Amino acid sequence: MKIKINISSDILTKPIMAESILETGVLLNISQAHYDRSQGEVVADVDEEKFDLICKSLTNKGARVSKLNTPIKWDENECVECSACISVCPTKVFSLDDDFSLIVDESKCIQCGTCIDMCPHNALSLGNNNNR
Amino acid sequence: MVKKTIHEINGRIRDGSVNVVTAEEMVHIVGELGAEGAAKEVDVVTTGTFGAMCSSGVWLNFGHSEPPIKMQKVFLNDVEAYTGVAAVDAFIGATQLSESLGMEYGGAHVIEDLIRGKSIHLHATSHGTDCYPRKVLDTTLSLEDMNQAIMMNPRNAYQKYNAATNGTKNTIHTYMGSLLPSFGNVTYSGAGVLSPLSNDPDYMTIGAGTRIFLGGTQGYIVGQGTQHSSGGGFGTLMVQGDLKHMSPDYIRAANFTGYGTSLYVGMGVPIPILNEQIAQATAVTDAGVTTKILDYGIPSRDRAAVRDVTYEELRSGSVDINGRDVPTSSLSSFKKSRLIASELKEWITRGDFFVSMPVERLPKDISAKPMKQTEGIALVSDIMAVSVVTIAKDASVYDAAKTIMETAFNHLPVVNADNALVGVVTAWDISKAVSQNKFDLVEDIMTRKVITAIADERVAVVARRMDQDSVSAMPVINKERHIIGMITSDDISKLYARRS
Repeated sequence: MKIKINISSDILTKPIMAESILETGVLLNISQAHYDRSQGEVVADVDEEKFDLICKSLTNKGARVSKLNTPIKWDENECVECSACISVCPTKVFSLDDDFSLIVDESKCIQCGTCIDMCPHNALSLGNNNNR
Repeated sequence: MVKKTIHEINGRIRDGSVNVVTAEEMVHIVGELGAEGAAKEVDVVTTGTFGAMCSSGVWLNFGHSEPPIKMQKVFLNDVEAYTGVAAVDAFIGATQLSESLGMEYGGAHVIEDLIRGKSIHLHATSHGTDCYPRKVLDTTLSLEDMNQAIMMNPRNAYQKYNAATNGTKNTIHTYMGSLLPSFGNVTYSGAGVLSPLSNDPDYMTIGAGTRIFLGGTQGYIVGQGTQHSSGGGFGTLMVQGDLKHMSPDYIRAANFTGYGTSLYVGMGVPIPILNEQIAQATAVTDAGVTTKILDYGIPSRDRAAVRDVTYEELRSGSVDINGRDVPTSSLSSFKKSRLIASELKEWITRGDFFVSMPVERLPKDISAKPMKQTEGIALVSDIMAVSVVTIAKDASVYDAAKTIMETAFNHLPVVNADNALVGVVTAWDISKAVSQNKFDLVEDIMTRKVITAIADERVAVVARRMDQDSVSAMPVINKERHIIGMITSDDISKLYARRS
């Protein structure tokens, strides 16, 4: 499952992710990380059963952890199945079927929002767990 | 030798014995029976394409108001339409942007809204005349209120189109979509095997007057499209059709981030198989249509070709660029293109659509010229200041302040011991340092990420970079990062002020 870890500026320089991984032995597969002066934001994949464990450890160290359970939303009425989204998606959410119908595998979505800018028909959007 | 006439084929459409196939099906038929056999067997081949066609729009006639107005300016849902033709006619173009919503909404959206039966707001102004006394008009209209709504697209259905990639280090947003840095993806447009003009590249049956499928209804080819460049295999069509009968399934507004609006147009052209040459031409495959991948990172009319590529390779999902597998995306919908070719086939088979012979064929072997520019293209080296005052990175903030005061240069490029550019320091940086009581070295307060220009860049390109990166001056550097000049927004303003 995808999770988002927000790290506030006061603890930004501490290796809390590494600490939590070592402490719990839970593996995080980081797919996106963005740091600036105000905060850090990391999107990662984690085994669903281990979520509580890592969540607790990270929270104890001052991070805020949220589940990203609203992947990209596909509006089939707006979509013309051009496939513009395919080449910009880093995790291959989109593909074409044999009959050139668009297939959307939401489970792969890391909610980076790149496809939203790409879609010429405003057929893709992200829910409330991303500010885009 | 097979020889058929349009008359005979239309006779078969009338009596229900006509054999119509799509351009995809024709590939296999010619493969099996050969061109001559296929020409005997098949009467009509249908093509189809559905993609972004920016050069599209609609002529509208609103009817006369009481008292009447001769519109000088007209806005439809706040999108300007051209009304410099008589009193109440206007052309709404697909890429014209809303005055208030900008790139979110444009002429293309007005067109789609009209087809969907929505009402649109019309605002018109005029200077008033004895015969047309009214000066301002506001009303709400829907498609059925118009006398005519004739889609008239100056340039549609490119025979094929260049594919796009991006060799720069930043993502760019183009009419070919988002192009990721370092050749991160390739986008393309066009229907390849189903492309109308690629199925009749010698224009044996396609020309002025050809009846076509346009936006879900019957339309016509007016003639060659603008920028028709048949010599290089980039023919285009000017087409028209009645918007009142079109469907939002085949006409869709689009937004390209950072570019603006465009219109997705669905078009299908029937190709009557009059002889085996025509049959052979319609056997074209994706592999038989070659185009180029261009680097859209180059801000020039003459973009470098990265490589040649066929539609078959593009449609496979990835292409090789410099030894790397790069993912591809189509901007046209092949599924919809297929749907259009099938629907047109169905119309003809049912006897609802008859094929036609053009009254004039499209011109062959002509090419589109680039623009003649009489003002010359200004280069950075033409307007940059060549006497530049620099400061060493280990100079003090005080020295920098003094230099700025003495020379009246607002931007001081900072150099290292080899005289290479390492940063820039401005009067603002110094004020900031002073206000924080920081009197360090220049290198501690300078901006390290310097936006630079090179001498042979075009001024218009540099001006846009200045605007995008919100800077007012750039050092002009050579390959060794030595500073050879400085270009400022003032220099650019002066250049344009001089011209006007």
